[in-house]
Amino acid sequence: MTDTLRQEPSLAGHDEGAVVSPEAESGLWSDAWKQLRRRPLFIISGVVIIVLLVMALFPSLFTSVDPTFQVLDRSGEAPNASSWFGRDLFGRDVYARAIYGAGPSLAVGLLASLGTVVVGSLAGLTMGYFRGLTDSVLSRIGEIFAGIPFVLGGIVILTSLNKPGEIVGSTRLIVQVVLTIVLLSWPLAMRIMRAAALASSQQDYVKAARALGAGPLRIMFRHMLPNCLAPVLVYGTIQLGVFIGAEATLSYLGIGLKDPVVSWGVMISEVQARIIQMPHALFFPAAFLVVTVLAFVMMGDALRDALDPRGR
Amino acid sequence: MGRYTLRRLLQLVPVFLGTTLIIYYLVWGLSDDPFAGKCGQRECPAPYVATMTARLNLDDPVIVQWLKYLGGLLTGDFGRTFSGNEVSDLIANAAPVSFRLALVAVVVEIVIGITAGLVSGLRGRGYVDSLILVSTLFLISLPVFVTGLVVKQVLGVELGWIRTSVPPDPTILDLFVPGLVLGSLSMAFVARLTRTSLMENSRADFVRTAVAKGLSRRRVVLAHMLRTSLIPVVTFIGTDLGALMGGAVVTEGVFNIRGLGGLVFTGIQRQEQTQVVGVVALLVIIYLVVNLIVDLLYAVLDPRIRYD
Repeated sequence: MTDTLRQEPSLAGHDEGAVVSPEAESGLWSDAWKQLRRRPLFIISGVVIIVLLVMALFPSLFTSVDPTFQVLDRSGEAPNASSWFGRDLFGRDVYARAIYGAGPSLAVGLLASLGTVVVGSLAGLTMGYFRGLTDSVLSRIGEIFAGIPFVLGGIVILTSLNKPGEIVGSTRLIVQVVLTIVLLSWPLAMRIMRAAALASSQQDYVKAARALGAGPLRIMFRHMLPNCLAPVLVYGTIQLGVFIGAEATLSYLGIGLKDPVVSWGVMISEVQARIIQMPHALFFPAAFLVVTVLAFVMMGDALRDALDPRGR
Repeated sequence: MGRYTLRRLLQLVPVFLGTTLIIYYLVWGLSDDPFAGKCGQRECPAPYVATMTARLNLDDPVIVQWLKYLGGLLTGDFGRTFSGNEVSDLIANAAPVSFRLALVAVVVEIVIGITAGLVSGLRGRGYVDSLILVSTLFLISLPVFVTGLVVKQVLGVELGWIRTSVPPDPTILDLFVPGLVLGSLSMAFVARLTRTSLMENSRADFVRTAVAKGLSRRRVVLAHMLRTSLIPVVTFIGTDLGALMGGAVVTEGVFNIRGLGGLVFTGIQRQEQTQVVGVVALLVIIYLVVNLIVDLLYAVLDPRIRYD
């Protein structure tokens, strides 16, 4: 996968001391872009992601069937000419549901990944800049959340938020799932940002900016952030895929998204007791899920290869 | 080394307190009536409510309840559930099963993961390397419940090689397939970490020196390259072990294994708050201690690392 030919990337401008100018910063990104354009891995995952995004935004382009329309006497029908992916227990069209499922699944992944990166980066930057006590205190707080096993933490948080049997609107459900994932995952992004920020806060360009009288906020966001962003962005892309899987896992356990919302995890969760009778209702949502996760993980992998000059 | 260990041990205390407080607050503080639905369709009898309220200190503010609970934990008292079971008994029954499952998963990770990483890292670019990279990427993208459901369906129902439901007191052999499923994701990570780490180290000065000394290739690879390359791998396995003990909820559910994860899940469903808090507290302790041991292992693996 990573054995495609590629140019020696240059990180010129990064270690050169002086205050980072926009040209020097774009050097890293434009180099990365030049390299990415030629990688089949990047192109394939990019195309898959674009198709998925279109699917999430305009599901009606792909199907005219209502994903919640039930035809009970066709329950569990195998794939055929009228319903390509077959029908589920309630006689709903699996193809239409798989298409409509892209929206909530991607929304959760995107928002959770964005939230994790923003919260983690802010904490990591603060720690890398101020060091000392701030660093220790935030580290301990991060460890508290990192110490809770993900699935268990998710179960405890999501069940405490809603009373048993309570009917909750779909927007609120999505927000709850996103917040839970962010709460349990931000320490990882924080560690990555902190490591980069610690290294960059020792660089000459930060010292120079400080000598010129720049305040902490300006140094953190104008000088350190652009130089520390790459590893966190790579992490965020990979996690986007992982979080889509996490949403499916929580929904599978019956504590994530629930019925009126259509997501791939919800579909798998609904069919799990009847896999023997209708394997197609498991296979298709699972295939969509795996391809989506794979696309984001591959994209992250390609980005890392392009942005990180080591590891080759 | 002694001072470092002590400092790390002291650092664990606030983390443990914070985690248990959060869990305790979520489980107890957010439910307004812990007796709702406990006694079927009618109200709980007053004497039962009074006994349980006194035993669980339900009249105190949550923070005081939590402190009293911690006091109990220090003397090894995990409390009792509403149905009267000692939580420590429940844990004693479930922990060995979870431990065996985690053990199988970690052995799978180490044996298959490190071997795959070693092969692809040493061979370098080529067919095997690409094959391993693609297959690990695929494994990373597969959520555990999908792997579990598919494996159960194919191996259990269609081929009949394994039992779809693991017996109550399973042996290591019974847990082999579930352990493989549980460890598959981390196995892929271990393989990739080993590969990257080996590739980075293969050009290090100490490797060149070892080769120049005239050591055999086997010795250079095993005693010099692999040992130092294992640091990120060991870190990962350490964090993972803690997660595997309790994070196996999904695998345990798919294969019907009665372990710690299942204990939390049923605890939540039956609203047995003491059970949930007890198991999570235990898992957090395990997680923290394993991480500490991993940190101390660094010095064994890489002679360049010294504490103090």
